[in-house]
Amino acid sequence: MRGHDLLHPRPEGLYCPPGDLYIDPVRPVPRALITHGHGDHARPGNSAVMATQQTLDIMAIRYGADFAQTSQPADWGVPQKVGDVTVTFHPAGHVLGSAQIAVECGGLRIVASGDYKRRHDPSCQPFELVPCDIFITEATFALPVFRHPDSKAEIAKLLRSVRQFPDRTHMVGAYALGKAQRVIRELRDAGYDEPIYIHGALQKLCDYYETQGVALGALLPATLEKGSKKDFAGTVVVGTPSSFADRWARRFADPVAAFASGWMGVRQRARQRGVELPLIISDHCDWDELCVTIEETGAGEIWVTHGREEALVRWCELNGLRAQPLHLVGYEDEAED
Amino acid sequence: MRAFAELLDRLVLTPSRNRKLQLMVDYFRATPDPDRGLALAALIGDLDFPSVKPAILRAMVSERMDPVLFGYSYNFVGDLAETISLVWPTGNAGAGDGVPLAEVARELSQVSRSDAPAVVAALLDQSTASERFAIIKLATGELRVGVSARLAKQALADLGGIEINEIEELWHGLHAPYGDLFAWLEGRADKPVPTAQALFRPVMLSNPMTEADYPRLDPKDYCAEWKWDGIRVQIVASGDARRLYSRTGDDNSGSFPDLMNAVHFNGVVDGELLVGSPTGRTATFSDLQQRLNRKSVSPKVQAQYPVFVRCYDILQAGDEDLRPLAFVERRKHLEAFVAALDPDRFDVSRFVPFTSWEELDEKRKRPPHPIIEGIMAKRWDTPYLPGRPKGPWFKWKRDPYTVDAVLMYAQRGSGRRASYYSDYTFGVWTGPEDAPELVPVGKAYFGFTDQELKQIDKFVRDNTVERFGPVRSVRADTKTGLVFEVAFEGLNRSTRHRSGVAMRFPRISRLRWDKPSAEADRLETLQSLLDA
Ligand SMILES: [Zn+2]
Repeated sequence: MRGHDLLHPRPEGLYCPPGDLYIDPVRPVPRALITHGHGDHARPGNSAVMATQQTLDIMAIRYGADFAQTSQPADWGVPQKVGDVTVTFHPAGHVLGSAQIAVECGGLRIVASGDYKRRHDPSCQPFELVPCDIFITEATFALPVFRHPDSKAEIAKLLRSVRQFPDRTHMVGAYALGKAQRVIRELRDAGYDEPIYIHGALQKLCDYYETQGVALGALLPATLEKGSKKDFAGTVVVGTPSSFADRWARRFADPVAAFASGWMGVRQRARQRGVELPLIISDHCDWDELCVTIEETGAGEIWVTHGREEALVRWCELNGLRAQPLHLVGYEDEAED
Repeated sequence: MRAFAELLDRLVLTPSRNRKLQLMVDYFRATPDPDRGLALAALIGDLDFPSVKPAILRAMVSERMDPVLFGYSYNFVGDLAETISLVWPTGNAGAGDGVPLAEVARELSQVSRSDAPAVVAALLDQSTASERFAIIKLATGELRVGVSARLAKQALADLGGIEINEIEELWHGLHAPYGDLFAWLEGRADKPVPTAQALFRPVMLSNPMTEADYPRLDPKDYCAEWKWDGIRVQIVASGDARRLYSRTGDDNSGSFPDLMNAVHFNGVVDGELLVGSPTGRTATFSDLQQRLNRKSVSPKVQAQYPVFVRCYDILQAGDEDLRPLAFVERRKHLEAFVAALDPDRFDVSRFVPFTSWEELDEKRKRPPHPIIEGIMAKRWDTPYLPGRPKGPWFKWKRDPYTVDAVLMYAQRGSGRRASYYSDYTFGVWTGPEDAPELVPVGKAYFGFTDQELKQIDKFVRDNTVERFGPVRSVRADTKTGLVFEVAFEGLNRSTRHRSGVAMRFPRISRLRWDKPSAEADRLETLQSLLDA
């Protein structure tokens, strides 16, 4: 069997003919396997969905319990037959419940890794290396300029700034699923015990992370109808990036706009968003980690998707690996989640 | 290097002046000598490492990585120093406190051109990306973090709890790494005694005259002079040293060799630098700009745009410090002093006679020369006081020009205003009367009440045509559009702007919700000001 016969792109998403299934489809399909709960990978309206229990829970929180007609939890590392193929879910280290999906048929194994990262993250399962013949990798940060520093150093930078500007509110923009909980958890690991104020859009997912054993400490709503701006001086407020452009943001004391994202490694990106304190904390691999992972999977062929495919394809060619961009549509080119 | 790199990273993204000051003060307080002094020199632009050029950096990186991957990277980032700092093969492996700034500066200053690649590479290997960026910016002398020399000096003044004048007065006698300066600011040593010649003297500044002021002032206590639209300068000559300083103490002597060659005196005079000749024509500010910010000035430019100084005060004659004298006494010294100077390069600012403020106001509104921007009123009896004392000197400016322009683009502010569209680009009409189009003529920040800011913000959000990052283009045609009354101090010709004009100090003086956009001004209105 050739790779193309096992998985190939269709307008709906990545399709597997022998299993008659799609991985992370962008349009409703009869059978979908979902890698993780981010909105561009997990969409409502499919008939049958298979994903890890945590991803199913997250989809229910985001879309309501009826996000699909039927859903089937996949246990970590347990092979399951779907049609003529065997599928196995392995941790991707991206956000809570995120999985790489290994698809096997006729002696050929392809790993669709979804979004993944290799760094330690106290808020989710660590990445597991899965040897394979063909590795499908994301390319969100696939340029040699992306070299994420240690997130502990970034958290330390935030805490130094909080101490340096006790009269200001530090507003940390972080995506609602994964990044926000990770930043909060890492602040706790760094010894920050004060209550952390959160935007309403984060509440449900933070509560869910708590039920899954990710302790986030005291979280209070960052809402205050009456009272003075000074009430938030010296505090850390975590909100979704878009909420900071809202009128909601105007209530805080001389805010320091911080943003936790891999994009913050490039100064112009910080400047464009009006970010005063960029925090380079990413849910994705940086350049070095993408390259290392590709090598470690032992795959002889690499398919590259969503992001900067051309740079990673070039790197594969320089290193004697067959590589091609996989033209999947519907994923945010600059997915910042 | 870590603290310095973090300081640069924060300064460049911190819009507030006061917060920039706080960042610098905290850094100076926490960083030992000589690192902090070298950081100060770097911020002020006083460090020069001639052996390190951007070209060698490019060559260094091309030896270390695939040129195609570098090309993708550079295209994405857009800044060479930043790209190199990020793609450098050692990544963030050099994390830690790294090399002290003083060590970096020492190595960069001692290295020969041929050794530079190896030495710079070794420094970059030991550093994090952020430190590498700082090293490259330092080596190539382009920090660009939005800190002027004056702001850095203000941070020193804040550190020591003193007035900035005291720093400026000393400045040219001090040298990196400024150990004696910091020791004094921290109260560990006496004020340094400058030994250099021809030092800058902190200048005396004026306050704007308001309608509330002059009814309380007796016109007999004041003299009046025309306020010329040039550049405030201080010329200091003692012994062999001759210098021309800006009003903030920057030494600009190198830009004006023609003038400096005519300095054959021993003293300190204060005046306005203008293009033209005391006896002939006084040229416009646009012409003066031909002489500013140039490292070298060709004989042709010197001949085409000759400069002279219209003197209005004298601080020192020979060895005598005249600053304690009353203005009326200094003025006598000034007239006698300038009479002996080259008449093509120096003259004395003339008085404007008046007996009442109303009379002076009339003269202010009808200046005899287009390059006059108002009136200066000075008390006869006050000494020369550095800073901006309230009372002795007033500037009474000509009313600003105004034009009605249409909002075209709005940009989100930063810091406290990050959630508002508070920076505006506006345009005026051009092209045929029956099919006019808007051409941008300027950009200005918020100058309104919070209530008005909210109204504009709503208008922008409701009328957005397109979004580009933090910028929105706003509906602006002959039917829909928000008209601003824009006030500005003058107009220069500009080849950089499509409109061909650039405003000086534009600000939005009024919101004209009442005015249909089609009735905003046309470009010809502005062009007529250029030719005046
Ligand atoms: Zn994702």
